[in-house]
Amino acid sequence: MNIIVCVKQVPDVTEVRIDPKTNTLIREGVPSIMNPYDLHAVEAGLQLKDKVGGKVTVITMGPPQAEEVLREAISMGVDDAILLTDKRFAGADTWATAYTLSKAAKKLGFDLIICGKQAIDGDTAQVGPEMAEFLDIPHVSYVRSIDSVSDSEMVIERLMDDCYEKIALTLPALITVVKELNTPRPPSIRGKMAAKKANIPRWNADDIEAEEENIGLKGSPTMVKNIFAPPPRGERRILDGTPEEQVETLIRELRRLRCL
Amino acid sequence: MLIRIDIEKCTGCGTCVSVCPFAAIIIKEDKAFITEACTLCGACVESCPENAIIDERGKEGTKAEEFKGVWIFAEQSRGKIASVAYELLGIGRKLADELKSELCAVLFGPSDEVEELIKWGADKVYYVNSQDYTYLDDELYSKTLINLIEQYKPEILLAGATAIGRSFIPRVAARLKVGLTADCTGLEIDRETGNLLQIRPAFGGNIMATIVSPTSRPQIATVRPRVMKRGEYKSDRTGEIINISPLKLKGRIKVLERVEDTSFCKVNLQDAKVIVSGGRGLGSPEAFSILWELASLLGGTVGASRAAVDEGWIPYAHQVGQTGKTVCPKLYIACGISGAVQHLVGMQSSDIIVAINKDPNAPIFNVATYGIVGDLKIILPLMIKKLQEGVSE
Ligand SMILES: Cc1cc2nc3c(=O)[nH]c(=O)nc-3n(C[C@H](O)[C@H](O)[C@H](O)COP(=O)(O)OP(=O)(O)OC[C@H]3O[C@@H](n4cnc5c(N)ncnc54)[C@H](O)[C@@H]3O)c2cc1C
Ligand SMILES: Nc1ncnc2c1ncn2[C@@H]1O[C@H](COP(=O)(O)O)[C@@H](O)[C@H]1O
Repeated sequence: MNIIVCVKQVPDVTEVRIDPKTNTLIREGVPSIMNPYDLHAVEAGLQLKDKVGGKVTVITMGPPQAEEVLREAISMGVDDAILLTDKRFAGADTWATAYTLSKAAKKLGFDLIICGKQAIDGDTAQVGPEMAEFLDIPHVSYVRSIDSVSDSEMVIERLMDDCYEKIALTLPALITVVKELNTPRPPSIRGKMAAKKANIPRWNADDIEAEEENIGLKGSPTMVKNIFAPPPRGERRILDGTPEEQVETLIRELRRLRCL
Repeated sequence: MLIRIDIEKCTGCGTCVSVCPFAAIIIKEDKAFITEACTLCGACVESCPENAIIDERGKEGTKAEEFKGVWIFAEQSRGKIASVAYELLGIGRKLADELKSELCAVLFGPSDEVEELIKWGADKVYYVNSQDYTYLDDELYSKTLINLIEQYKPEILLAGATAIGRSFIPRVAARLKVGLTADCTGLEIDRETGNLLQIRPAFGGNIMATIVSPTSRPQIATVRPRVMKRGEYKSDRTGEIINISPLKLKGRIKVLERVEDTSFCKVNLQDAKVIVSGGRGLGSPEAFSILWELASLLGGTVGASRAAVDEGWIPYAHQVGQTGKTVCPKLYIACGISGAVQHLVGMQSSDIIVAINKDPNAPIFNVATYGIVGDLKIILPLMIKKLQEGVSE
């Protein structure tokens, strides 16, 4: 089975803040990490390979330093990695990102593409399904379990808001995965060595035959108009008194606010 | 470069450096310099006190005039229309009135509740009454919606930021090459341009961003459930139901089975008005039964921190936070949860937050509307007792 996993380098969002006074981002010392969901996507690819054989290739689109996450994936055991990097890719929204990744996937060839459920910087969850549309293949989002695989079909479980569904999916296809699916393996020593030595090919727009008007800023229908700090939370109050009194005040307050 | 610095004007004050979400501006020899990391997001442009950042991102002409009307996608599950659909009608009605255009709903799959969409504000309903649409088939749903959009050309399309909406709407946007903004919490019409201003949290809710799709139509957004208010219900409101014939595709996915184990039914965190959430402070799986009792008294459901899920006290489906669900109920009661930032990003937009924790320095108190410093093993049973007895006004 020929598997492509899409991984993204993201800032560790829990450390990103806005200064309420200046409306500017505080990001001193915010580290870059592999998008946490994508670790599960890599693990899913490796497990499938262990089961049915084949090859796992990771791809990312990003600036040259995004190579770090590819090396991380190699240290976990993937076979190949490709970095899609080109100044012309800059400014891509999900549409242009999905277009670019799908062009690379076409060039590589595949039976299955695995993405994370969403990237934690933008939280859009759009790139996977959009890629599937560009490639004209079926997709299933929020995969929480892979029950069986053959050459032409997979049976998987999709996590919905109020239930889960067992689904038969025809290959080639794309899935996006949730954390519940698996536990990502730590890098192995051999993997770390391989990661250090690996020569990671870089593809630009011409290498994947991407059309200029569909990549980067030009290919992006959405624009960020501005950013601002979230509105501050209203009043805060610590309730005092005995436990009895605390609970009574709480219930009264919640009634007053029509919460009960 | 589509965004550049006017070196003559730049004073090297560094304001743009701190505004840039991607660390793409540096100060070199007292002048700002845009590096390769720039994604051309434009956040810096307005920040410059000297107007030294020049935005040359071109705006192509649109054929925006051809597109009219506001559409909402009304999702259903087993024939029951999701409550987010009525919320979309609420905000959709407002936008349509402002644009002086009509409001239409799109409904896929059989439902007895079609008329309800009209009573809640729709002028028209495009209805595909076919069993083939009972479950989400992303290709079938998206192709059908694409056909409708190409035929009727709406200006705005809203769907719920739910499992269904977030899964198939991206295919629609990809095919039509139009902008799509995920998980919006605010929507307004820009008075100057007529564009839809799509406001959404990013970076785990630590910042908010306004997104526009100036050059493509329809403007599509998914909208976070439980944020928008429903409109006015009028039982005598009339509208038109337009039956759309189902598409016949060679299905490439097949839903074999829908599994609703009982814990799942109760977990619809995104729809819950009240969530009682437990963390490591509960100390044991048994303690969760107190949470369930309180939740059912309040008409809500139970959530959890990752620590509680990792302990195996409750399934992952209940997890709230960065790697769990993002929720915004009317009332969120955090019991024995310290308030790690990964948890906060999943619940800090709840209307009212109550924290019960024995550590007065727990960060959860920073976001709590009401805080009780105390032992949950005492507080929770008391609360249940008082609620059952009824506390005097
Ligand atoms: C990449 C990543 C992703 C993560 N994603 C998530 C996520 O999605 N969701 C999430 O929740 N976490 C997530 N975490 C974990 C997060 O950092 C915290 O570890 C976790 O939220 C802590 O859970 P807790 O508050 O229940 O436990 P603790 O931090 O151990 O807090 C327990 C609290 O209970 C209080 N307590 C103890 N006994 C009592 C008592 N009898 N009465 C009252 N109070 C009591 C204590 O004072 C303490 O404040 C993530 C972490 C990482 C690194
Ligand atoms: N620049 C990128 N390079 C590679 N994969 C990406 C990129 N952006 C998004 N993805 C993939 O798409 C998923 C969803 O991302 P998003 O739509 O941005 O939330 C991620 O988990 C990745 O698997």
